[in-house]
Amino acid sequence: VSADQLDVEAYAAQYSGRTRVARLLFIAERCGVEAIQLEALRMAHDEARAREDTVLYLDAVLKINSRLGPRYRHDQAWVDSVNRRAEQRKEKLETELNGYRTNLIKESIRMGYNDIGDFFYAHGHLSEAFKSYIRTRDYCTTSKHIVQMCMHVILVSIELGQFAHVTNYVSKAEQTPDTLDAVIVAKLRAAAGLANLETKKYKLAARKFLETGPELGSNYSEVIAPQDVAVYGALCALASFDRSELKSKVIDNINFRNFLELVPEVRELVNDFYASRYGSCLEHLEKLKPNLLLDIHLREHLGTLYNDIRHKAIIQYTLPFISVDLNTMASAFKSSVSMLEKELAALITENKIQARIDSHNKILYARHADQRNATFQRALQTGNEFERDIKAMLLRANLIKHDFNQKNWPGQRKMNL
Amino acid sequence: TPLGRSRAHKSTIRRSSRPVSSPPTRRKAASRTAPDQTPESEPSSKGKAPSAAAAAAMESVEALVAHIQGLSGSADELAQLHGLLKQADGDALRAHSAGLLPFLSHLHPGAHSLGYLYLLDSFVSSSANLRAHAGGDLLVTVADFLTSCSADQIRMAPDKFLNVCRVLKNEVMQLNAPIRGIAPLRAAVRKIQTSSEQLTPLHAEYLMLCLLAKQYKAGLSVLEDDIFEVDQPKDLFLYCYYGAMIYIGLKKFRKALELLHNAVTAPMSSLNAITVEAYKKYVLVSLIQSGQVPSFPKYTSSTAQRNLKNHTQIYVDLSTCYGTGSYSDLETFIQSNAEAFQTDNNFGLVKQVLSSMYKRNIQRLTQTYLTLSLEDIASSVQLNTPKEAEMHVLRMIEDGEIHATINQKDGMVSFNEDPEQYKSSEMVEHIDSSIQRLMALSKKLTSIDQNISCDHAFLMKVQSGRERARFDYDDFDSVPHKYF
Repeated sequence: VSADQLDVEAYAAQYSGRTRVARLLFIAERCGVEAIQLEALRMAHDEARAREDTVLYLDAVLKINSRLGPRYRHDQAWVDSVNRRAEQRKEKLETELNGYRTNLIKESIRMGYNDIGDFFYAHGHLSEAFKSYIRTRDYCTTSKHIVQMCMHVILVSIELGQFAHVTNYVSKAEQTPDTLDAVIVAKLRAAAGLANLETKKYKLAARKFLETGPELGSNYSEVIAPQDVAVYGALCALASFDRSELKSKVIDNINFRNFLELVPEVRELVNDFYASRYGSCLEHLEKLKPNLLLDIHLREHLGTLYNDIRHKAIIQYTLPFISVDLNTMASAFKSSVSMLEKELAALITENKIQARIDSHNKILYARHADQRNATFQRALQTGNEFERDIKAMLLRANLIKHDFNQKNWPGQRKMNL
Repeated sequence: TPLGRSRAHKSTIRRSSRPVSSPPTRRKAASRTAPDQTPESEPSSKGKAPSAAAAAAMESVEALVAHIQGLSGSADELAQLHGLLKQADGDALRAHSAGLLPFLSHLHPGAHSLGYLYLLDSFVSSSANLRAHAGGDLLVTVADFLTSCSADQIRMAPDKFLNVCRVLKNEVMQLNAPIRGIAPLRAAVRKIQTSSEQLTPLHAEYLMLCLLAKQYKAGLSVLEDDIFEVDQPKDLFLYCYYGAMIYIGLKKFRKALELLHNAVTAPMSSLNAITVEAYKKYVLVSLIQSGQVPSFPKYTSSTAQRNLKNHTQIYVDLSTCYGTGSYSDLETFIQSNAEAFQTDNNFGLVKQVLSSMYKRNIQRLTQTYLTLSLEDIASSVQLNTPKEAEMHVLRMIEDGEIHATINQKDGMVSFNEDPEQYKSSEMVEHIDSSIQRLMALSKKLTSIDQNISCDHAFLMKVQSGRERARFDYDDFDSVPHKYF
């Protein structure tokens, strides 16, 4: 995967917290260009070290593999000292928590659990962090607390990859009786969209991303950047919406326009698709592809999304015509005629296009089923099936009436006349 | 003179109720024939009987014969005759069975069917007799009887009739000439049936003979009747199995499938070998006909559902292999299991399954393309050369399975729409007759439903149910949903 245009620093600057390191490591893993790899690893290392996250630090060092000089070698002493300090802090927090628990002051217990959760999270012990955050639930008194808890859980779940929890807690947070802060609403929407994307529910994901308000800004940088919202939302929408939805929810959507401004190529993409300039639309997609493959959330879904978009383009192209010359179509889609023919055949078999291919003259003819003939055929067939089923049923009824039992077989030949 | 010899004839014929003190031939109490009965039977029988005892026995038979001739008139007489015959039956007749044959010539099979039947039955029941007369006129005699007997009379003694038929069947099988049994058995089937909807044990035997003689069309006449009444389950299974084989021989796969379906889904409490074999053929024929094996409908017995697949594993595997759509995989599978298929006598069908795969793939192409070159057809259907593709397409066009035209100059095939416009008079007639048939069937269904509603047992059950819980009208599905 070549991504010579990727500016690692600028990319990483969009994010904060653990996700920055995680993304950098991801890029380093998937990118084929050594220079960018090393750049990413260096930044990851620095970040990990600054955050005193030993797990990520070790991971980065392993990957660097001494390629970057003495400063980036494995520093066990530092690791040990960090771990020691972490242990001390942990004990301190735990004793404090126990103290609060004996005192039975709800608010302090809640804050104690929260602190422990934060501590675990910062040091990469995600499942413990998750458990601690969940525990605060019993001690939440106001809806603000609940929302705070939900946000924490969502954050951890995203990193753990447990997107069912994410959806769960998003709905919990949205159901609190108080009206929420706009930023929080936007965050929740973005998180929900992400969960849907990862669970392959592209249409729902698109809807959620499109509903994300511009207040999101860079407030959720520990999870997602606004450019990502634009990209994910646009791609999912293209792959799953029909034309009317595309127009109303994407192109005419003022809020979403703010996001799209951040990624002008995607905006061009969407407009091309809507205006049936499929060639240039697909070209844009191809250009974006290498960078998008380095995105930690989008990578696995990129293939499906691209396929869906391409198929949608083909279907939309053929829809208004009675006959289409495959040669012109092939040049519009920038592929060869035989490849296109195969794609079309597949789509026809799946009943997505009502047409037939004239392979000799390379023309696609739209085909409208003859309703009258089809009706006659169906009627006759139903009649036959009815006849067959009723006869079988009468026979079976008769068998049961005589109470058939195979034990009665041998030697009981009697005909009751 | 033995007791009763001087008695008057008609109404009382003393049964030999005397305890047996003498050898069997002497057991029968000879009953003198009445003066006005045919006297000429006497001298001839006397001439044949070697011993006095046998002579006496022969005389009794003659008496019987005379009675048969005399009493085969009205229904009352027949009832009486029947009584007499039943009395005479048993060791009495059986003992002299060897000598019975010539007597038959005095009787007319059509007019004296009942008596003829009794005599014939006791004659053929002894295998010694059969061996002695093997291949001779016996077969002709029996065949004549079957074709010309009177239906009412033989229905009074169905067991004997069935016995005679079965003997005939065995004889023709032994002679390796099953075709000789076809005409007589067909007549026999019609005579013993009370209605054309009834299944008799003879159906299965008749179909078996047709199969062995390869006279499939002969079997059709019997198969075309719908069967609604069945007395014995074994008859049904054999009937369905043989009938399906006949249809398969005639390549009428849809009808074969109906029969096999009935065999597989019939109510049964334990699995039998016939059903297993039927299921094997069912899988194969479904694959040929529609490319997939439907799952068991809900009314299939649980025994069948649970156990059938265990006994027919390679067939199930065959159907999954077929589902992948790859010809070469299917071919290798069949080759590796060829022996198993051979032992089941299903190899011919299996080969047809293999060739049906091409057909199905080509048919799929007709849905996608208007014209397609022969090379493309060959490559997408996994054939080796365009020539083979052309051959397959040609054959399918001739069989009416697809509508297409081959342009040899360009090497192109154009697929056409089904030219049936549903406007011709034949089509209108076809539709009309279908409608009539279905209406008749519907009426039948309604009348059966009414009968059941008036049935005592049913009402009792509904009553008791009503006391426990109210029946909601919506609980009863009146028509299966798929017809909507």
